[in-house]
Formats: sequence, C-alpha cells, structure tokens
Amino acid sequence: MASTPTPQPNPKINRIGLAVLDYRGGKTTLCAGCGHNAISERIIDAFYEMGVQPERVAKLSGIGCSSKSPAYFMSRSHSFNSVHGRMPSVATGAVLANQRLIALGVSGDGDTASIGIGQFIHLMRRNLPIIYIIEDNGVYGLTKGQFSATADVGSKLKTGVINELPPIDTCGLAIELGATFVARSFSGDKRQLHSILKAAIAHRGTVMIDVISPCVTFNDHEGSTKSYKYMKDHEEPLQDVNFVPAFEDIAVDYDPGTSVNITMHDGSQLRLRKLEEDYDPTNRIEAVKRLSLAHEAEEALTGVFYINTEKPNFADMLNMTDVPLATLPEERVRPSRKDLEECMEELR
Amino acid sequence: MASTDVALHEGTDGRSGREPVVNDFSIQVATVNGSGSQSANTVLLRTIFQMGVPVSGKNLFPSNIAGLPTWYTIRASKHGYIARKKEIDFLVAMNPETAKEDVLSLEAGAVVLYDDPLNLRSLREDLTFYSVPYDKIVAQVCPEAKLRKLVKNMIYVGVVARLLDLDMTEVEKAIRKQFATKQKAADFNWNAAKAGYDYAVSSLRKSDPFRVERMNKTAGKIIVDGNSAAAMGCMFAGVTVVTWYPITPSSSLVESLIDYMKAYRIGPDGKATFAIVQAEDELAAVGMVIGAGWAGARAMTATAGPGISLMAEFVGLGYYVEIPGVIWDIQRVGPSTGMPTRTSQGDILSVALLSHGDTKHVMLIPSSVGECFSMASEAFNLAEQLQTPVFVMSDLDLGMNNWMSDPFEYPEEPIHRGKVLSKDDLEQLGGFARYKDVDGDGVGYRTLPGTDHPSAAYFARGSGHNEKSGYSERPDDYVNNMDRLARKFEFARTVVPKPEAVADNGNAIGIIGYGTSHWALDESLDQLKREHEIECDYLRVRAYPFTTEVHDFIKRHDRVYIVDQNRDAQMLQLLKLDLPTEETGKLRSVRHYNGLPIDARSITDAIAAQEGK
Repeated sequence: MASTPTPQPNPKINRIGLAVLDYRGGKTTLCAGCGHNAISERIIDAFYEMGVQPERVAKLSGIGCSSKSPAYFMSRSHSFNSVHGRMPSVATGAVLANQRLIALGVSGDGDTASIGIGQFIHLMRRNLPIIYIIEDNGVYGLTKGQFSATADVGSKLKTGVINELPPIDTCGLAIELGATFVARSFSGDKRQLHSILKAAIAHRGTVMIDVISPCVTFNDHEGSTKSYKYMKDHEEPLQDVNFVPAFEDIAVDYDPGTSVNITMHDGSQLRLRKLEEDYDPTNRIEAVKRLSLAHEAEEALTGVFYINTEKPNFADMLNMTDVPLATLPEERVRPSRKDLEECMEELR
Repeated sequence: MASTDVALHEGTDGRSGREPVVNDFSIQVATVNGSGSQSANTVLLRTIFQMGVPVSGKNLFPSNIAGLPTWYTIRASKHGYIARKKEIDFLVAMNPETAKEDVLSLEAGAVVLYDDPLNLRSLREDLTFYSVPYDKIVAQVCPEAKLRKLVKNMIYVGVVARLLDLDMTEVEKAIRKQFATKQKAADFNWNAAKAGYDYAVSSLRKSDPFRVERMNKTAGKIIVDGNSAAAMGCMFAGVTVVTWYPITPSSSLVESLIDYMKAYRIGPDGKATFAIVQAEDELAAVGMVIGAGWAGARAMTATAGPGISLMAEFVGLGYYVEIPGVIWDIQRVGPSTGMPTRTSQGDILSVALLSHGDTKHVMLIPSSVGECFSMASEAFNLAEQLQTPVFVMSDLDLGMNNWMSDPFEYPEEPIHRGKVLSKDDLEQLGGFARYKDVDGDGVGYRTLPGTDHPSAAYFARGSGHNEKSGYSERPDDYVNNMDRLARKFEFARTVVPKPEAVADNGNAIGIIGYGTSHWALDESLDQLKREHEIECDYLRVRAYPFTTEVHDFIKRHDRVYIVDQNRDAQMLQLLKLDLPTEETGKLRSVRHYNGLPIDARSITDAIAAQEGK
C-alpha cells in the first residue's frame, strides 16, 4: 500500500462489502511467469481496494496474449474480446452507449503499436474516459516471437535476429495526442503499478499505462531489453508514486518541497515524491521532452509522466443526457407525431 | 439571332404542326458543377410539382467540386412514371464542353435551348432550337458582376417556363422556398427568372410540342431525397449512437441526421439523447457501432462500397458475437473507387456474405423514400430482435436524388429491444447462458454491461465459444453454435419484410426486381404489354434472407427475369444459393450497370429480345 490504510472492521471485505474473490477471474492459460498475470493481479487488487462495483466495469481487449487476460480477472464484469487492433473503437462505442461504465481496455504492443496504431491515436486524441493498459513485451507471443513495434533498437530475438527499427514510444505519443494520464510501469514493480492503477480508476479521461511485461517464453533472454533481468537492472522510476483514495484519511502529511500533490476528480490524492528535482507531471511539453531524453539515454524510465485533471473528456464534449443512451425509454428517443408532421410540412 | 433560328427551323422541318405532348417528357439541363445550377433545377422541379404533375429529378454529377460536366434530368409524367427516361426531349445546353455531344445524342424531334454563343443550330436539322443571349440578359438584371454566374441559371428557368407553359406564380413560389432564408437572393433570382421569361415572350416563338398543364396528382405529396428520408427514419426509430466516416453517396444521410437530431432530440435539459461521432475511418465507425450495440444502444453507421469492404472483419464479429447494429449502404459504382457519384446495386452479394468464414447477413432493400423512412424502424427492431448487424441497401439514385412521395406515416410499431435480461430477470432465473437456444428461434438472451447483478456478465468473444460464451475449441461446441446461427437465419426469413407482389395475374413469365429498379420496372411492364404483348407478373423483393413468397413466386412461373443493376447478376446468384436446383434453371437475367439509374426502355428491350420478340 502506498498510503497508510484506514483500519477497516473486516480486512477481508472492501468498502462496498465485497471480498477480493469477487474480483477474481478464470484460471489463466498464459505461460507461468508471464508478466501479464502479475498485471491481472494488480488490477484485481486495485479495483478491490478502490471498492469499485465489478458490474460497473466493462473490460475490452483486442487480440493477442494480452487481450486474452481479461478472462483472468473480474469475472463479474462484462468483457469484450474484439478484433485485432480495434478495441479502441469498440470501447468508444460502449462508453457512448453507457457513460456510467468504467471502461478498462487491455491491449498489447502489437495490438496497439502495429495493427492498432490508428485507432490508438484517435482514442488518445478524444480523451475518452477509459483506462488503457498496454501489456508491453516487445514481441508477438501467440504467433511465437516476432518483433513488435515497441522493440528497442539492438534488441535480440531468441533466434538471434536483431531489431534495427526504432521503437514507437506509446507514452510520448499518448501525451502529444491528448491523453490526460500517461504512465509507464513494470509488471515486476508491484508497488508502483498498484498505485498507478488505483489513481487511474479515480481519473476521468484517457489513462494510458504502458506496462513493461516480460514474455518468459520469447523475450526474456540475454540481449532483450524487455526481460525481467533487464528491467530489474535498468528501471529508473521518475517518482515514488503514492495514491490516497478519497474515502481514506487524506490528511496524511506530505512535503510540498519533495512531492507533487494532485487532487483527482473524486478528491483522491495522487502524491508523486520527486526522485528527479523539478519534474512537473502537469507540464505536457516537459513530459514529452523528458521521454525523448530517456529514449536517447536508453533509460527504462517509469512513473507518472503526465497528468491533466482539467481537460474535458470525450463524453463531456458530446453533451449527452445523464441517463445512459442505451437505456433511454421510447418516449425520449422517438419524437412525436407532431414533430413528424412538422418535418413533412417542410418538404411540401 | 434566336428569332431567326426559330424561323429557319420552322422553315426546314415544318414540325410546328406536331400533336402537343402534354405532361409527358424529360428535360435535361447540361451544365458545369459548382455553377449554382442545382438551385435553378430544383426550382424547375418544384414548379412542375406545384402544378400537380408527377415529376422526378435525377442529378448526374461528377466526383469533383467545380468545373466538370453535370446533367440534371427532370421528368414530368402524367402516368406517374418516375424512373429515368432514357430519351431526352428538352435539352438546356449550358456547358460548352459537352454541348456538341449532348445535341448529337438527342433523338429526332427533341428541343435544344442553348446559350447563344454556342451556336449549336448548325449541328442538326431534325431538332427544334432556341437560343438565348444569357450574358446580355444577366448584365441587365444583375448589376453585381460576381453574382452573375449564379443568377444566370435562373434565366433559363424563366425561358423554360415560357416555352413549357409553366405558371410564373408557381416559379416565384418555388424560388422563394428555395431561398427561404435569403430574401435578397430570392429577389435577385426571381428578377432573373422574369427577365428570362420576358425575353422568351418577346424573342422566341414556340414551335415544339412540349407543354405542362395543371393536374391534381401531387396534392399533399412531399419531395425529398432518400438519404434525408433515411435520416428521419433513423431518428424516429430511436437511434442513439451514430458513427460515420464521410463517403459519397452516404455522407448526406448522416449530415441530414445531425440536423434533424439537433432539432428534435435535444431534451428540455438541453442535453442530447444521442451521440454522433465522426470516426477516423470506416473500421472505427463500425467498431463503435459494435461496441455501442453490445452495451445496449441503438447504433448505426452509413457508408458505401469501399466502406463496406473495410468493415468486413467487424461485421463478421457482429455476426458471431451476435450484436445488433444497423449499417446503411448507399451503393455506388465499384469495384475499387469506381465511379463514386454514379449509382449501382453492386454490393448485394458481398454484403450478403460479408466477412470470412460462414457468415450471412440480413439486408433490407428500400425502393422508395417512403421505405427509406419505414425500413429504418424495421431495421433497428430486427437488429435487436435477431441480435445481428442489419444492412439497409439503398443506392445513390435513391439516396441523393429528389423523389416525390406521400408523406411518411408515423411508426406504429413500438421500439422492440429484443431478448435482454434485466436485473430482476436474472434474480428470478439465477443465471443465464448467453448463446443457449431457449426459444427454438436460434436467438439467445443477452445482458447489457452495467446490469447490476453478479450473474449478469458474460464474456463476448470473436473466438470459438460454447453456450455460456466460454472459450471453446471443441468440435461439438463449434458445430452446435454454427448450426444455431443457421437456425437463427432461418428464423430471420420469417420476420424480415415480405416482398411486394406488384403484378400477380397467373402469367407464365415472372420478373423479380428490387430497390430503385422498381420504378423502371413499373413502367416496363406497361411497355412490354403495349409494345410486345408480353404480360409479366412482377415481385419486388424487399429483404434477404428471401421469404417463402419469393420461392413460391419462382415456383409458380415458367421463367423468371431477375433485374439487377450490376454486371454479375448478383441477386440472381444469391437466389441460386437459396433455391432448389430444379428451380435455378428458370432464372434469366436483365442487367444494367453503366452508372446511370436503370430505365424502362433498357428492361423492355432486354426482356423482349430474350422472349424472341
């Protein structure tokens, strides 16, 4: 836990009376040790601890190992495993139909940065309220280990093939395009990922989290820049990420000199203890610049790179009525006979 | 000089004594796109309409913003025929680029009204020519030089009004309606029309037989294009999520829908009961429809052939995961980019079977603007009842041209949301299996995301699945599921719109047509009878899968002509897939695929030839 937990009467039950078991999913069919399984665990913990009603969550995914993972957490949430690279549009439609849903998209580096780059870009641009997680291992797992577009230059496949094309930095792209909460984490960094996910649940807008998630079968060897060993040796957190939900005691002290404190929509606090002096995660230009520098220096930088709690999200912009469009009754969606007569009169 | 032309003309062919042709001819205005001629043509159309004469207008335009040839054809028909007439009777030649070819392609006896400097009279001796010095007239009535180009067209409206006996009070009314919000423009245009009329009075002597006389056949009727009708239909069908990517000829459907929704679907709280999103491409547009349909919205998109190709993968997902959605295909000429501003019925086969694997889709096929309106409600109800994407197969001719119609009837059928389980249902049932065929119609029960019950959720997936929507690669699960989907399609056969038996008099020859071919067929039946003594029955197909009436019709006839506006006889091929082998030999084909709306003459000639006449 990032913050000091408020003592609960029954530690096995969250604030809405559900046990962690209520957030579990089916048994994973991914490889033992797959980073994606660790991410599923963090998602379960985060939604449990935040006390989110699982029925309010819509899980969405594309195609690939990552996109299978929604079957392995939160079985009480509706889920849609759609087509390769096109989950953003399906998620957009779902949110338009019911803006009360908490959309959780799970994608992979191939699903996002190659086949799905077009829809990814437009999703970020719209700032749709969604948590979009890339389970990023730099390779295609289901088709047995080809490079993806996030593989670093010089990274080596098991077969000895070396990647020569520059990687797409999904975080840099997301910030430039308009996402309002952009972070990178590592599936092996339990504490950081957990805090980021909880903050993500409190955010209203596009949360884009690129989670480096090693593929134990095809990309965990010497020469890979997305292996457990490489990440453990090279991960450089930008901040120490702490999250205090609104329903907990917010009066926990922090030092403004060493921490950036961000108040989320629901009153939760995202507290980023600076490991780098002067880094301001609300400054978009600076965030992009810092990521470029990390790229030049071959740093595996993690943390919350950018956050903006002010910008209206896509649902706000559409000025939709508060009741979900999906459940509006006939009298609100079918205009009257008089209206039709008026339409006809104009055409006479 | 114009008057000399007429005099010469009278002297040479002496046709001034021809029988008058009243309310039964076509006018073609040949012009350049971007010149503002659309307003003038609409005024002509409306004037004839206001005089009670059945009329139709067809715009033959280029895929271009300005400077390329455009032809607008207006047909007045006392018989009520509103299909394109193949022959042009009255040409208004305004475009120097095409004038010569336009004149040479006319049949003897036609009329040419031309811009004086074009000097077309010398081209033919078997036509009636009138010329008008537009530039001189426009300079007199329009002091502002920059407006002259736009006003010039209204001069021919005045000349035509004089030559065809159109009532100038109706012309003024039509102009004032056209420029309803722009008083100054209305005045300018009315002055131009009057100047044209006055010129014709003083300088042209009527020497052709074509005239308009008042009738009473349009009272109470409306004029509207199919895309606007479809937009209204979707609004009254209760659509809530609209996603689209602009593509000719479907863009005006959504643009019209945006206007209607803003006018009628903003609540008293100032908030919208809809979301309309312009997507980044057709893949995203249909993906949003699928996502919204999954989450319970009445969702739709509108597109044309190239968009349909892009949507293929998602449509297969919609079929297999069983998600409602409505897709309007305003068909244009393919393959590839093809001719974006020309009409066709070229997507019938590809849409019926769109996407990889065994897929079949429900299609509704409107013939009229009235059906564009009514089929919108039917499409949404069917999509939710059948839990599948439903296509509405319009075309450019229907979607973008103006059609006369009776006013639309308010949808009496309530909005049906299909088999959706609520929290209370789940409480009673204790759970459900998403793809279990409980009712024997192949349609399972679904729940919507957000339903507040612990057993509401199911895992929607495009991968192989069992009745409970669990991942499965088991052969029996796959076969059971696919067989149920086939049963569902058989059920669809019983609930989609039935065909219209337009003529069913026990004749040996049957004709099957669909969509906009109807209007040409309506006329062709009379031509076949009158000119060749061939009497045919005619069934208008309105949906796929084919209902039993279609099978019965073919069974009852010795030979059946299938009229397609595509090269490969796509509807005929689709019927072949559905019919018993012994019936397929009866099918004959009539095809029309040059990008122009099909006309009666082409059908009549094709059938007569095959009948050995």
